[in-house]
Amino acid sequence: MNIHVEARNVVKRFGPTVALDGAKIAIAEGETHALVGRNGAGKSTLVSILTGLQRPDEGEVLFSGEAAPALADRDAWRQRVACVYQKSTIIPSLTVAENLFLNRQTDGAGPIKWSALRARARELLDTYEVDVDAQALAGDLSVEQRQLVEIARALSFGARFIILDEPTARLDGPAIERLFARMRSLREQGVTMMYISHHLDEVYEICQSVTVFRDARHIMTRPVADLPHDELVAAMTGEATAAYESRSRTPGDKVVLSAENLSLDGRYTDIDISVKSGEVVGLAGSASSGKVGLAETLVGLRKADSGTVTVNGTRVRPGDVPSAMKAGLGFVPEDRHHEGFIPLLSVGENATFPIARKLGRYGLVFPARRRAKAEEMIKTLDIKTEGPDQPVGDLSGGNAQKVVFARALVDDPTVLVVINPTAGVDVKAKQALLGAVEDAVGRGAGAMVISDEPDDLRICDRVLVMFHGRIVKEMPRGWTDHELVAVMEGIED
Amino acid sequence: MIVILLVVGSLLDPYFLTLGNLTNVLQQQAAISLLVLAEAMILIAGKFDLSLESTVGTAPAIAVMLVIPVSAGGFGIGLPGALAIPLALLIGAAIGAFNGFLIIRFQLSAFIVTLAMLIIVHGFLLGPTEGKTLFQLPDSINYLGSATWLGLPASIWIAGLLFAVGIFGLGYLRIGRALYAIGGNTDAARAAGIRVDRVLYGVFIVGGTLAALAGLLETGRLGAIGNNMGVGWIFMVFAAAVIGGVSMDGGKGTILGALTGVLVIGLVQNILTLIGVSGFWQPVIYGGIILVALMISRIAGGKAQD
Repeated sequence: MNIHVEARNVVKRFGPTVALDGAKIAIAEGETHALVGRNGAGKSTLVSILTGLQRPDEGEVLFSGEAAPALADRDAWRQRVACVYQKSTIIPSLTVAENLFLNRQTDGAGPIKWSALRARARELLDTYEVDVDAQALAGDLSVEQRQLVEIARALSFGARFIILDEPTARLDGPAIERLFARMRSLREQGVTMMYISHHLDEVYEICQSVTVFRDARHIMTRPVADLPHDELVAAMTGEATAAYESRSRTPGDKVVLSAENLSLDGRYTDIDISVKSGEVVGLAGSASSGKVGLAETLVGLRKADSGTVTVNGTRVRPGDVPSAMKAGLGFVPEDRHHEGFIPLLSVGENATFPIARKLGRYGLVFPARRRAKAEEMIKTLDIKTEGPDQPVGDLSGGNAQKVVFARALVDDPTVLVVINPTAGVDVKAKQALLGAVEDAVGRGAGAMVISDEPDDLRICDRVLVMFHGRIVKEMPRGWTDHELVAVMEGIED
Repeated sequence: MIVILLVVGSLLDPYFLTLGNLTNVLQQQAAISLLVLAEAMILIAGKFDLSLESTVGTAPAIAVMLVIPVSAGGFGIGLPGALAIPLALLIGAAIGAFNGFLIIRFQLSAFIVTLAMLIIVHGFLLGPTEGKTLFQLPDSINYLGSATWLGLPASIWIAGLLFAVGIFGLGYLRIGRALYAIGGNTDAARAAGIRVDRVLYGVFIVGGTLAALAGLLETGRLGAIGNNMGVGWIFMVFAAAVIGGVSMDGGKGTILGALTGVLVIGLVQNILTLIGVSGFWQPVIYGGIILVALMISRIAGGKAQD
């Protein structure tokens, strides 16, 4: 088998930090090769070296056995490697057509012929079967559509090697299935791919071989087919970790969170939910199912058109977060960067916002008390930080999410609502976060987990599945991934 | 919006809709419109420049002082009078380049850098002139602001031509589209092979040059350079750009929109003067109109403004 892309003995330092230490990877032609590792293992650095955005301090990169082009020769790089980055490289205020041909709207220096550009864009979208209007504003597209536009653009440079950096992090179940179908058809056309993901089940589903990085080093490269799951996790974490075992429990009798006849136009209709103390209820569904909208209504971020939400026996004012929190609710919002934390403020401050009033009187906050409380939370949740004074913006994804959890848990809530709790965090952090939910429930809280990750939902005593704004099925423990996805997609009722 | 204003204006005062009056409006707005053009480009590229208004006075003043004798308030260097215009433009370009250097190279905040530069550059008008107005100007520098070409003031032609270039450049040239890309998502622009820093330098330099040209037009119209020429314009400039739909966040807006914004402000100003609203009360009405325009575009656009 020919090696299509190879990196040998790559060393890359950023100041005192060694991001890659003699790392290597070899990807055979036509295979889909997974690159996995915990946050900070050096995956992103390897991506920027393989795409020619950064120069390795030592080592070399080869494409089909030839040395990589000079860093300044962007066009040569783009003909060899295409990348769909974790961060969107779409410009929201421009049309899809212009995004596809950004900085190459014309061949020469003459004026842009917009009609010709649109025609070329349509042709390109048709070639890769992307069902998107070339004239639409890129900012109006869904995450999935944007990603497809980025894939089409990446391929349009003629590269036969694509890097997909956590493409599924922001997609829902059905969209992931569609992405995988597309990846399979690209593979049949002979395209080589490097696939980065935190989801090991995806690696098993879509990849032929896997390379594991840990602490800036190459640990192993193996075919996926005969690699046991435990061994892969052990290679990533450097220790044998058992798969997460969810605990069994008996729910209490007291209903701590309930919703009656909730409706919000365009999001969900006629929702009734009740969560008992000591119970974890899952809420699953595709992105268009309305599950996030419903969850945001329960915590008070959104106002429903009709219906009531009761938290811990108190009827909360619709659309009022403070009143829900006062009634004993803690929540983890959907997007931690957006609603979860304030990056410039310290771990301590972020974690103790909801209880600021308990840390002093008359609007004063005593730093010493806050520190003590924050240190307690850092310890319970095992947050890797220099201390309560470090800004949250400096933490890795998993640890930042733990701070968001700390904020939700700091007031010992009777109701805990968590939305996409483990998005973009690695295996160990995931287990810690799910453990934190179960711990809170063990102390008598009722919890709701809104997610489309089978792993997150496995801790739930029952899972409610939403489809087009309605709860269509309640699944008790013991479902399989396949059953869950089928219901989420509305295939089975 | 412009049509409404024209109708309202003609109903309020018959003199409003005469060629003489409208030409007058256009001529008064010519200088400030160039600043709006410059600011629109800078905003679209996702940056900010407050110092433009100071360049309006300082660039022509320094250029003039290099030319005129000491007796008229000059430096006594006595460069040829024909050099006054190129010198002024060069000074404007240099100020723009310096802004660019601080913002792009040193990665300082554009807002604070250009706020400091607004003060400094205005100081370079007050310092050398010691606050005195320059009256004895070389003929060359008066020409652009006072000449008439084909029956219309030259400044209208110049502003019109530059707006046409701007509309074409930002709508149909790769370099113009690069501004939108940079303002919309700098990383994406860089990944697409756009030389982000170089383009931004260019935008700041063009911005400074346009501000100097605006100063030349204003100098010619007034026939003198006072110590507060251009002072306070920047608020109107931002108002015009925002009314014209240019986003303060970058990546959004058109030059045509910016032009509409200037004309709206000019017509409102003219109508208020014609119907005899006291100059002291006009600011209240301007401010109100800016707010109303924002509300209309918010409701029409349907998206929250930042």
